[in-house]
Amino acid sequence: MNQPEAAGREGDTARLYAAQSAGSGQTAESGRLFSGPADLAGHVGAHGPLPGHDGPAILDAVDRSGLTGRGGAAFPTGRKMRAVVDATARVRRSARQQGAVVVANGCEGEPASAKDRTLLTRAPHLVLDGIAAAARAIGANRAHLCLHEDEHALIQVVQLALKERRSAGIDAVDVQIAALPHRYVASEETSLIQFLDGGPAMPRFTPPRPFERGVAGRPTLVDNVETLAHVGLIARHGPAWFRASGMANAPGTALVTVGGAVTHPGVYEISLGITGAELLELAGGAAEPLQAVLTGGYFGAWLPESRFLATRIAPKDLAAAGAAMGAGIFVALPRTSCALAETARVARYMAEQSAGQCGPCINGLPALAGALEALARRGDTRAPDYINSLAPYVAGRGACHHPDGTTRLIASALSVFAADVRTHLGRGPCAGTRRPSILPLPALAAEAHR
Amino acid sequence: MTAGSSNSRLRVNPIACKAHGVCIELLPELIGSDPWGYPVVSGHLVPNRLMDHAKRAVEACPTIALLLEEVPQTPTSGRS
Repeated sequence: MNQPEAAGREGDTARLYAAQSAGSGQTAESGRLFSGPADLAGHVGAHGPLPGHDGPAILDAVDRSGLTGRGGAAFPTGRKMRAVVDATARVRRSARQQGAVVVANGCEGEPASAKDRTLLTRAPHLVLDGIAAAARAIGANRAHLCLHEDEHALIQVVQLALKERRSAGIDAVDVQIAALPHRYVASEETSLIQFLDGGPAMPRFTPPRPFERGVAGRPTLVDNVETLAHVGLIARHGPAWFRASGMANAPGTALVTVGGAVTHPGVYEISLGITGAELLELAGGAAEPLQAVLTGGYFGAWLPESRFLATRIAPKDLAAAGAAMGAGIFVALPRTSCALAETARVARYMAEQSAGQCGPCINGLPALAGALEALARRGDTRAPDYINSLAPYVAGRGACHHPDGTTRLIASALSVFAADVRTHLGRGPCAGTRRPSILPLPALAAEAHR
Repeated sequence: MTAGSSNSRLRVNPIACKAHGVCIELLPELIGSDPWGYPVVSGHLVPNRLMDHAKRAVEACPTIALLLEEVPQTPTSGRS
């Protein structure tokens, strides 16, 4: 592996992409993931070619780097790869000869996230390098890159990148693009497996988990595209280089999407462990006085502003504060907004995004959303008790974690905004309920979900 | 393991379950109902004295959604 280069915190923490709402289209000059151009020659010029290390060497480097998944679960990537390798060794010989499968998840289901799209647009070859390195690490001879079917421009960028690689003949395993329906649960890992096997993009009952039996019954590694981009860099520069940024228990950099009431909403590459205050500063600071920040997206939790400012942006630190890193989503909520109304809108959207397979999700999420709406809009006094009594019957009772995440977000709203709950119960809906939504929701949600 | 317990526990496949409620009728000691009639199982080990009833409930499920699963004797740790 190459010599680690100095990668300080400052150098890795960079503004990468301005969200459409900011309109400035500014891009960063530094950062790790975006330092090269999008075309193959420029990419190789900036990063160098992917070295020809063998599988065990790559696996070892990923293990020692401490990289964790950037899609939301923050599971150690090296351990996940080893689980696939171990599972492949366990299956019968005929199946073993077929090899393992890599599935790169580029379906960004979270409405408030833009990082995967941005990464694939700006650095498609880094993601494809990561797929190549991961394939080598786990002994895969088949690879899929999953994208949303309606993101035509993105699909084109990736197709062009794949064409460049095919004519250069640099990949041992050809990557197939899969175009998935743009629905929240379609990008759950077992949904991807089921879709790639010719079925509907809906979660399936586990176990078996994909690492033991995935695409075509073969051991399958499902990783977020950003995770794989880091693998592409770790294969080049080694674990020490990766660990030069971030913290000991949360090494490396991560992409985050910062939205809501900040001056420059957008996607940033941060060194893990910067504080919430530093994160907001990176996004130009608060655009108006804030009350709270939504962390981890619509599967996440709220944090009051003061608590957020002091919390380190890293999976374990956020979890300890009662929040979540998720896929690196942070939305700043201004004081003039009604947090209960905001959460109620998201809860309704999430209820609509259910795959409609499991009873507790089909019945429970609309009931919870309805109760939260009644509380936010009418100050319904029965709502808090109803929500608290219903929540245990919803969380943890689906085939996937869709009902858990939504239940957690609602519970977090009732606890963080307990004072607002009392105000609504005593005096009816606050003025903030009439303010336009801060948390983004796809316009098509209602019609496209089934 | 608790004295008098088997090494098996009940699990519901929530995709297959259509809330017929047969298991709730047959094994109220271990299976409750949620507000919509779907079964709620505890995840605890099934006591030996109820094993036959548990097997009967599993066999009676019209959608084969109730499962009786063996739990590994020694808890495995550190592995996904």
